[in-house]
Amino acid sequence: MTGTIRLGFLPLVDAALPILARELGFAEEEGIDLQLVRDMSWATVQDRLLYGHSDAAHMVAPLAIATTLGLGRPAVPLSVPFVLGLNGNAITLAPDLAAQVTTVGGPGNMMQIGQRFCALAGERKAAGRKLRLGVVHRFSSHNYMLRYWLRATGTDPGEDVEIVTIAPPFAADALASGEVDGICVGAPWNSVAVERGTGVVVATTSQIWRRGVEKVLAVKRQRLEQERELFDPLLRALYRAGEAFVDPERLEQVAAIMARPEYLDGSADAIRRVVQDLVLFARGYDPVHIPDFMFQHREAANFPWVSQAAWLYAQMVRAGHAKPCRADYQLSQSVFRPDIYRSALGPAGATLPGASSKLEGGIREPTGVGSIQGRLILTADSFFDGESFDPDVYARLLPE
Amino acid sequence: MRIAIVDESPARAAVIREGLEASGLSDIAMMSERAGLVARIEAFAPDVILMDLASPQRDELEELFAVSRALAKPVAMFVDQSDDAAMEAAIDAGVSAYVVDGLKAERIRPIVDLAIKRFNAFARLRSELDEARTELAEHKAIDAAKALLMKKRGLDEPAAYAQLRKAAMDSGKRISEVAEALLTAEKLMGGL
Repeated sequence: MTGTIRLGFLPLVDAALPILARELGFAEEEGIDLQLVRDMSWATVQDRLLYGHSDAAHMVAPLAIATTLGLGRPAVPLSVPFVLGLNGNAITLAPDLAAQVTTVGGPGNMMQIGQRFCALAGERKAAGRKLRLGVVHRFSSHNYMLRYWLRATGTDPGEDVEIVTIAPPFAADALASGEVDGICVGAPWNSVAVERGTGVVVATTSQIWRRGVEKVLAVKRQRLEQERELFDPLLRALYRAGEAFVDPERLEQVAAIMARPEYLDGSADAIRRVVQDLVLFARGYDPVHIPDFMFQHREAANFPWVSQAAWLYAQMVRAGHAKPCRADYQLSQSVFRPDIYRSALGPAGATLPGASSKLEGGIREPTGVGSIQGRLILTADSFFDGESFDPDVYARLLPE
Repeated sequence: MRIAIVDESPARAAVIREGLEASGLSDIAMMSERAGLVARIEAFAPDVILMDLASPQRDELEELFAVSRALAKPVAMFVDQSDDAAMEAAIDAGVSAYVVDGLKAERIRPIVDLAIKRFNAFARLRSELDEARTELAEHKAIDAAKALLMKKRGLDEPAAYAQLRKAAMDSGKRISEVAEALLTAEKLMGGL
């Protein structure tokens, strides 16, 4: 055995890779005794990581950056050597609101839905009862994707609506009781609201950004750099777990493992749907296949692109969560560690992109990109509004 | 010093409250219900908030602390990074604490230390209680199985107990497990 790694996680479908790395024996093959510590809030996952109760964590990507920048608590530098998955979240509204903005039961045009939502939000604001939307954490991709969509369709997320934090297990209840009018949460929690009939999915985050960075593997920077012999094998085990996650022959097994009481403690059927990119938009309708709804492995999905961290920082600045300055921008980008990904996964035969940063949202047709190992073809990574994000251009807009 | 104890377990909240009151702190509110929690905290305006480290509500509360205008800004108590041992003790005990920014460390420290002690005491109490409960249930099952053997096989009590013990030893199980199995079989097979 190389060693023991305790990894903190929240019971979400995108905790799949650590769970499968343990349960399918990939960690053990790498000489790692991988112990999983389940919690119910990101604050707890973060505390355990910072104070040594865990060695690594499944974490919402922006929280790794916020922790490094010291937003809301003292700064502790974290590193992200591996992305655990892209997207998998959805926006669910109370059924009466949903019926006013979309054709209930399936996906629609994101621009149109957003504009109708904007009109509704305006009416409610004028009536003195702003629409309230719940996201899972202040520093979550859910929050920033939702804000991106609202802004691009005319709603000012800071002025026209109220965005509050609500823990995923309570989200469906809060929607049912009217405490919030909509939620942006991850799988399987949208399905829970839909199956109860208290919510209707109006959009998935993959429709907002086809390659939105979601959960990451976070480790304290100092430990990662000093204990590569411990963490490199973990990265390889997680990579193998990604291969298993997308293997159709493993589907039943993967869903059954994830559904177990010690992991998601939920419905294997609902989990299987998510793994297959099937989204149940409303109760009584058939699930709809949304391409790349949850993107865990293909096209070097686990590679921590520095430009993903750059995009997140830009959203944090837009939301007023981070202050705009070049030093913090640099620091945020340095959280993502493609160098460590390359050196750990080279021996595993993983495809290794040659560049560390790219134009995000710039790909419309399948495009071959430079790689130092394997052949890498990236397919559409577009934002719904057709915009793209260039990390170098953004840098020039920032004050010193 | 105003202290809010946010805990889904009213029993643990009470244990913590008693401890705080015993040391002269009396301005305490206990909050167990999730509904309306944020509003109640804002209304109470505590200087210190003690809560279960693993509470699913922490993310919601941290958001409140970040945006609330009504509340002086509380921060995670671990802000005092000079004291690693204290932080570890808190995490081990399962306590998280938020204190209003600017409160002096020497005023907070005793409260947090006390909370850690009470959390630990409560955990001990609960495990003792669980053990006692299990023992009681086991005794009941063994007594019922003995009575069953006495009735069905015409044994006296020591002989019935000896039978159970022998079956347990032969199968490598606990006597209580054998007793449970016997009772289950009796329930299924009835008068057969």
